[in-house]
Amino acid sequence: MSLSETADARSAATVARARALTPQAPADVPPEWSNVHAPDARKAATRSVVRPPDRRRALRAFLRNPNALVGVLLLAGVALAALLAPALFPGDPLAMVGRPVLWPAQNPRFPLGTDRLGRDVLAGLMHGARVSLAIGFAATAFALTTGVAVGAVAGYCGGRIDAALVKLVEIFQAVPGFILLIVLVAIAQPSTLTLVWAIALVSWPQVARLTRAEVRAVRAKEFVEAARSLGYGHGRIIVREILPNALPPIIVTASVMVATAILMESALAFMGLSDPNVVSWGSMIGSGRELLRTAWPLTAIPGLAIVVTVLALNLLGDGLNDALNPRLSAER
Amino acid sequence: MSAISRLAKALRRALLSAVPTALGVVVLSFLLLQLAPGDAADVMAAEAGSATEETMAALRASFGLDLPMLERLLAYLWGLAHFSLGFSPRFNMPVAELIAQRLPGTLALMGVSLALALVIGLALGAVMSAFAGRWPDRALSVVALLFYSIPGFWIGLMLIVLFAVKLGWLPSGGGGAIGSAATGLDGVLDRARYMILPGVSLALFYVAIYARLARAAMLEVKAQDFVRTAAAKGLSPAAVTLGHVLPNALSPIVTMAGLHFGGLMGGAVVVETVYSWPGLGRLSYEAVMSRDFSVLLGVLLLSSLLVMAANVTADLVQAWLDPRLERAS
Amino acid sequence: MAALLEVDRLSVAFPTATPVRELSFAVERGETLAIVGESGSGKSLTALALMRLLPPAGRIASGSVRFGGEDLARLDERAMRRVRGAEIAMVFQEPMTSLNPLKTLGAQIGEALRLHEGLSRRAARARAIELLDLVRIPEPHRRVDDYPHRLSGGMRQRAMIAIAVACGPRLLIADEPTTALDVTIQAQVLALLDRLRAELSMALLLITHDLGVVAQWADRVIVMYAGAKVEEASPHVLFERPLHPYAKGLLAASPRLETTRHYRDGPLTEIPGSIGSAARERGCAFAPRCPEAVSACRAQVPALTFAGEDRLVACPVALHTESREAPSPSIADAISTSSRRGEVRRPVL
Repeated sequence: MSLSETADARSAATVARARALTPQAPADVPPEWSNVHAPDARKAATRSVVRPPDRRRALRAFLRNPNALVGVLLLAGVALAALLAPALFPGDPLAMVGRPVLWPAQNPRFPLGTDRLGRDVLAGLMHGARVSLAIGFAATAFALTTGVAVGAVAGYCGGRIDAALVKLVEIFQAVPGFILLIVLVAIAQPSTLTLVWAIALVSWPQVARLTRAEVRAVRAKEFVEAARSLGYGHGRIIVREILPNALPPIIVTASVMVATAILMESALAFMGLSDPNVVSWGSMIGSGRELLRTAWPLTAIPGLAIVVTVLALNLLGDGLNDALNPRLSAER
Repeated sequence: MSAISRLAKALRRALLSAVPTALGVVVLSFLLLQLAPGDAADVMAAEAGSATEETMAALRASFGLDLPMLERLLAYLWGLAHFSLGFSPRFNMPVAELIAQRLPGTLALMGVSLALALVIGLALGAVMSAFAGRWPDRALSVVALLFYSIPGFWIGLMLIVLFAVKLGWLPSGGGGAIGSAATGLDGVLDRARYMILPGVSLALFYVAIYARLARAAMLEVKAQDFVRTAAAKGLSPAAVTLGHVLPNALSPIVTMAGLHFGGLMGGAVVVETVYSWPGLGRLSYEAVMSRDFSVLLGVLLLSSLLVMAANVTADLVQAWLDPRLERAS
Repeated sequence: MAALLEVDRLSVAFPTATPVRELSFAVERGETLAIVGESGSGKSLTALALMRLLPPAGRIASGSVRFGGEDLARLDERAMRRVRGAEIAMVFQEPMTSLNPLKTLGAQIGEALRLHEGLSRRAARARAIELLDLVRIPEPHRRVDDYPHRLSGGMRQRAMIAIAVACGPRLLIADEPTTALDVTIQAQVLALLDRLRAELSMALLLITHDLGVVAQWADRVIVMYAGAKVEEASPHVLFERPLHPYAKGLLAASPRLETTRHYRDGPLTEIPGSIGSAARERGCAFAPRCPEAVSACRAQVPALTFAGEDRLVACPVALHTESREAPSPSIADAISTSSRRGEVRRPVL
């Protein structure tokens, strides 16, 4: 399980590029071995030609992709469960409601059974969806904001600011993300809010690196020069002219980051580093583990929920990637 | 020989970039240590059950905890220069020693997982690229995406249910039969039995990554002219793939493997807690449980340095694999 | 004795097109046969088809390739691998990308030797040094351990040639071997190929779009258009008086044809239009661009017909014009008598 490098992992070329773009290497010069760069699905960052994003074509490509549609449907199902949880299970999902350790389908009141403290597994599952999605999306939103801001400033300004910010990103990327996350959460005491910002803190560097590469690629283009010659301010040029062109790879990365954040949250909760007052899939697995030999469904069921949600997000990410990077989807 | 000079150049370049990063990591971990609530004195006092203000102050002074921030940073650096990461009150031994005890276990687990992931991932990627666009490719792509979505700790638990509980083929955890006198081949086999499940749990995610990566890289290399040249010599498809396609597709995968070291380490932490594997991960878990931050930060610092070392190694392997890199300054 | 290579009614098909159609020709031992045509005429695919190295989507749809008593088009893959590199070798257009960047020249040259002749690593290396010397790469002892990126384009193409001739093939196919090179290097590489052809007594199938190359090095020349042979002759005959309108157009568009002529003497002409769709079913493929086309040209594919000794042309209009002095059947008769598809009369050589 890679918690820290998940989304990175998918963009080998981003990595290669980030290396080529470290301050000591001349910017934007492809590495000598450019013909052997790794074209994983997500090499969005290496697009050298900036095309105006054709949204309608992208949407059509997305809708024609069965994998992406499956992803959307699964994700919608999870979201629906999260929305309906308070209505269907108004009580505290952590409260004891029945006989402990009922197997699924043993008692029609508890279709997925109860755990060792007599808590309803289905209620926990649906309330857990709220936690997972909330933390996943909130952490991603924070990480995206920070990462895009840092990356855009570094890529646009260049020079010493760039060198300093790149160094900062490098420091963060040298630290194993998940171990840093454990330290942060352990220091700050686990709560939903600390989980969100701790996950954001270990995730932003990758967004910053991606954004920086994209911004550098776009910065020299004619329309940016034109905006500059018209006397627009730097802020306006970055936000209105450059970022929209850098958006597709960032969108793709975002969907994978949500998946990664959910995986990280579940692993933390499994290790006991989650808000003790909130039910989470990871903590359900953690407590189910104690009955692994006798009541393995208590562990299996919340895990399947994680797999389904993360798979949905990854399918979505793949679909977005194919739709937004037509050059690559042609290879498939 | 040019390979040597290439490696030397790559090493110099990598070290120049790594040294400031390492300093940054040290400062970061020091700052985190300062942020940590309570300190070693608090922990010891809590363990002892009761402590007066005076004994607390004495304890703090003995750990150097009453000094101003900058002096403490210098003391921290001084300690690091002497390979000292502080003292763990919880385990009652120096942190460096504690980590040194547990490190081999983690490295062994990571090594096995990485090797499994690379071998299986490359094989799957080769198959996928050979059938690109046809059903074996599509089926394996879905499998890869599934592997990619499974939390390692959960698949670890499920593997325990299947192979240890239901089938009884493999041990459910631990690092080897306690007191096992088996040596030589038997000893190795015995250790391997304990290694299989954690290794697979940790590897699965990376199998998915390398399979996707290898597929794409091999498709790209296969389209290149020199592959046709090799076929025109009369080489068999297998010889072309092994002798020409694979070496050229390897370069991006090696880069990624270096960068995955940190992720693997994080993954190992969770997988080790599942299998009670005696490594850094279990140590971190125990440190979290007892809020022993000196141990936790020691693990953080050491693993960061290992990550940097892994990146340097990946650069060196790449320089060794690719003769063209000699021209990069 | 039969020719070294006899290609009979070879067609190469892709799912959506048939870029080589019913192509027949022969290569004699030791000769240089040139195939000329513009890009898209199917000449490179023909070369790849002979090696059975067509892209995955392509296949030999029909026809035969007789070589050494066997039909390469029907040979199983394992047997074909024993032909490639050993009996028939190939030099490709792009020297910059045709060598594996991660292997030394010695390893790449030695690979075929170890495969086909079972040489040891050491013996293969020794032969590689000899071969580098043979293709006039300076300091072969040092170069044998060099990687391709250290070599210039011309040197890389020499290394490619060394790889190709390593096992002493009887036929060397050179697909645009000099197109990617500087003009000054081009002549050296062609001279090298010609010298090796003579020294190693191989035949050379030279695929090019450069009529200057043809004029200087070829014993015979085949003009291809849209996947079919439209004219075959010896270079001096062809250049003196091309028959097929496409050949005429090619010659008129070529600046280097007559060394005495300078571009200031008269404008270079170009052939109007672009290469016809090979998917078209009826009529002469060149008819849409042909200044001499008559309505009959669009009705049926004209067959190859002798136009004098050692000379074939697939254009009844040109034949008719050519033999206007002598009484001849009408154009329509000429077309109808020579239009039985697939009938190709090989020149007597």
